[in-house]
Amino acid sequence: MIEWMLHLPGIIVVIPLVMAIIVALLPSRLGWLGAVIGSGLSFWAAIILALHMLEANAMTRISYFLGGWPPPWGIEFAVDHATALVILTITALGFLSTMSGNALIFKDIHDDDKGRFFAAWLLTLGGLLGLVMTADAFNLFVFFEISSLASVTLVAMGSGRDKRALVAAFNYLVIGAIGATFYVIGVGFCYAMTGTLNMVDMASRLPDVANPIPVYIGLAFMVSGVMVKAAIFPVHIWLPPSYGFAPMAVTSLLAAIATKASLYVLIRILMTIFGGIADIPLLIMQWVLMPLALMAILLGTILAIYEKDAKFMLAHSSVAQIGYIVLGFGVATLAGVQSGFIHIANHAMIKGGMFIGLGGLAMAVAGKTDFSNLAGLGRRMPLTSSGFLICGLSLIGVPLTAGFISKFYLVSAIISAGYWQIAAIVLLSSALSVIYLWRLVETLWFSPVTDVETRLPEQPMIYIPLWLLAGANIWLGIDAGLITGLAKMASITLFGGIS
Amino acid sequence: MTADNAIILGLVVPLAVAVLTPVFGSRPDIRDILGPLGGIVSFYAAMTVALAVLNGETPEWFILSISEGLNFSFKVTPLGAVFGLVASGLWIMAAIYSVGYMRGNNEANQTRFNAFYAIAVHAALAIAWSGNLLMLFIFYEVLTFSTYPLVIHKQTKDAMRAGRLYMGILVGTSLMLLLPAVIWVWIATGSLDFVPGGILAGKIDPSYVPWMLALFAFGVGKSALMPIHRWLPAAMVAPTPVSALLHAVAVVKAGVFTMLMVVVYIFGYDFLSLTGGSVWLIWLASFTILASSVIAIQKDDIKARLAYSTISQLSYIVLGAALANELAAKGAALHIVMHASAKITLFFCAGAIYVSAHLNKVSQLNGLGYRMPLIFIAFFLASLSIIGIPPLGGSWSKFLLMAGAADNAMIMVIIVLAVSSLMNVWYLLEPVIRGFYLSEKTPVDVAKLPLVVIPPVLTAILCIVLFFAPWPFLPLINMMVMP
Repeated sequence: MIEWMLHLPGIIVVIPLVMAIIVALLPSRLGWLGAVIGSGLSFWAAIILALHMLEANAMTRISYFLGGWPPPWGIEFAVDHATALVILTITALGFLSTMSGNALIFKDIHDDDKGRFFAAWLLTLGGLLGLVMTADAFNLFVFFEISSLASVTLVAMGSGRDKRALVAAFNYLVIGAIGATFYVIGVGFCYAMTGTLNMVDMASRLPDVANPIPVYIGLAFMVSGVMVKAAIFPVHIWLPPSYGFAPMAVTSLLAAIATKASLYVLIRILMTIFGGIADIPLLIMQWVLMPLALMAILLGTILAIYEKDAKFMLAHSSVAQIGYIVLGFGVATLAGVQSGFIHIANHAMIKGGMFIGLGGLAMAVAGKTDFSNLAGLGRRMPLTSSGFLICGLSLIGVPLTAGFISKFYLVSAIISAGYWQIAAIVLLSSALSVIYLWRLVETLWFSPVTDVETRLPEQPMIYIPLWLLAGANIWLGIDAGLITGLAKMASITLFGGIS
Repeated sequence: MTADNAIILGLVVPLAVAVLTPVFGSRPDIRDILGPLGGIVSFYAAMTVALAVLNGETPEWFILSISEGLNFSFKVTPLGAVFGLVASGLWIMAAIYSVGYMRGNNEANQTRFNAFYAIAVHAALAIAWSGNLLMLFIFYEVLTFSTYPLVIHKQTKDAMRAGRLYMGILVGTSLMLLLPAVIWVWIATGSLDFVPGGILAGKIDPSYVPWMLALFAFGVGKSALMPIHRWLPAAMVAPTPVSALLHAVAVVKAGVFTMLMVVVYIFGYDFLSLTGGSVWLIWLASFTILASSVIAIQKDDIKARLAYSTISQLSYIVLGAALANELAAKGAALHIVMHASAKITLFFCAGAIYVSAHLNKVSQLNGLGYRMPLIFIAFFLASLSIIGIPPLGGSWSKFLLMAGAADNAMIMVIIVLAVSSLMNVWYLLEPVIRGFYLSEKTPVDVAKLPLVVIPPVLTAILCIVLFFAPWPFLPLINMMVMP
């Protein structure tokens, strides 16, 4: 590894954070440009890192000491395969939704506010990246707060269109703060018992703790705190309103990446920090996460079927999709955790694309997203709508799309582990998800149109990122080796190198 | 051209047709010639592939490796070569017919129609030549999704409702039953390849075999086994070229083809008959044969009657697979060919009657035979083939199926087949008899449209030719059962 590449873990996180400050100081019209540059550089760095990790073996762990201070005194950033996969996903989707961001803002945000808007945008991105990168349990809390506060600000900016965005943002703030507090309380317990905040140190000392009760309490607090952030049923309630009322640009960013980072943190806590303690994390995965994931899958799917607004429909679908990821983790086998990571990457591509596409379509009808307004738009905006459709087909797991790979690996993992009934529920809900997507397809393409059908103008800055994502969905649905390979290594890493 | 390249040609040409169709959307003459041309090239490719298979080669197109032991690749089995020939050969006829029908009827959105039609053919060919069970599943789904815009082509309330039923049953069953079945095979054996004699023997507890077979039988909704047959009559709202090529040939045959592939190359019929895991399917298929014949008799709408007839005939093939012996498997495979050529003729005729005389009920056909003699003679010949009367192709497959049933000493199955033939006579010959022996009630105008008359005449002749020269189908089917 070349010398400067050793700084990559730092660079990826610091660029968006520094750009956020610069963007806030620059004139507003330069805000978007700054955000594109910041997220683009970060994405580029993540690609280099991921390519390096692809060639490295499963035990490779790049660690980076902030300011040159080694742990346990300093803060450590660490990259292994799991980190690399999630970082690549977040930066890629961050970059693409930033690309479409300016166009998607539409009339939601006043021109003079764009500088501050994109500053908050970059803070969200940087915060989430730090969350994934850090190997320090308390530092993780700091990044939680950075990303939460920034994203709450972004959600609240939807108030220009609908005042209910403020309520949604407030709920998001309060519930998110409770989650973060739970997490930090848990960290406190573990710190008290081990005297370290570095995750690896903590992991090595936890099994030797004489009295395990405070450790278990700490674990419970940490897991429930992160579950709030990851929007796992039943503490997902902040998610649908936040996504639904946020400006479309914000939804496309948050839906693609916000919960993914927290899901990564969840599996990190369970398998890395507490991996040394016999059975308890495993019990949590199988008896807490798995049932909750099933509830999330069914509830999210059913609510999505009855939803009349496409944006809320996709938000409910996100709850279900998070359920699929958690279910994969809950199986707690090598294949199960692998399928969770595969779906983290694939779902980011799917939902990012769908929200960008929906935003592009909605712009033609004054930003409204309920079904009656979207009728017939498919034929009038072919580029946007066909890209949107491809991501939608991927969402329901049609073969030749990335969503199918996710489903295939998830169901295989569940069946190999012997959970027949759970496989049946997953397949049922995936068949039900066809219903809500198909309502949208019928509305967009096959509904009778009253006025004259003319082509509507389409924004290149929307359909280019959209088609990049649609293309990725197809490419990674056929040649899935990149994602499945990295996810397999990630899973092996989390299981401590046993393959 | 080598057979390996022929696979690429055969698969790429329908896709190219689909892409070029919208390009020439504003020039209907060029757009409409693409389909027949594509059909000819694809058929040539399918013939090259079939000849190579007859020579003992295994044409293959490797694209990439999904994971260890699982490739994204095409690899032609003898049975696949048969289905490839049927799908591409009849596409030529259907494409010509479709031009006449769609123009004669002044249908809207012809460009969209032609494009998805070609994609559906592509999916059918990909199913025929798929190299493993996962590839087959993938293109099975592609076929479902690509035919949806064709089913709801008219975009009326009825069509949309039919479209939902179509998607609901086909996607629902394949996701909930077929996909886990495929994954089960994958987990049990670590392979999804099509191997003569099957891959499951010794890898799975025999007591699970009926369950796994049930996942396949009900997961492959396209084979329209009762009680998951409802989508097929519903899909008849589509324009007749769709009913003819897709809902008599490509889609439904893809379903029974999948069942046959699973029985012959995944279970292995020896293993299946040894475990007795398919006995229940014999009875269900027999029930479907008789029950749908009874329904067909009551239908006055010609296309609805033909749809129930198709359901009945598809169960012949499922029955052949379930009987799980060499003769029955050969009969089932041959029935794919024979039924396809006969049923597409019947649909062509029904569509021709609709587009030239605007009649769609059996009871309206009195005396029409003398106004449209070629159509009614074609209908008559195709009916005879389905009934199984020599010298028409259908008699061979029915004969082999009965021999297969006799091989298992199942008298009841032979009786079922015989009774079903009698009912075929009843509901298929009624239109012909009305056409020639009853006098016209109210005279109707009959338009002259050669493009919808020539294809059924040709396919009716094909039914006769297939009796005297079932080449290359018979040698290919013999290869299928060779170990």
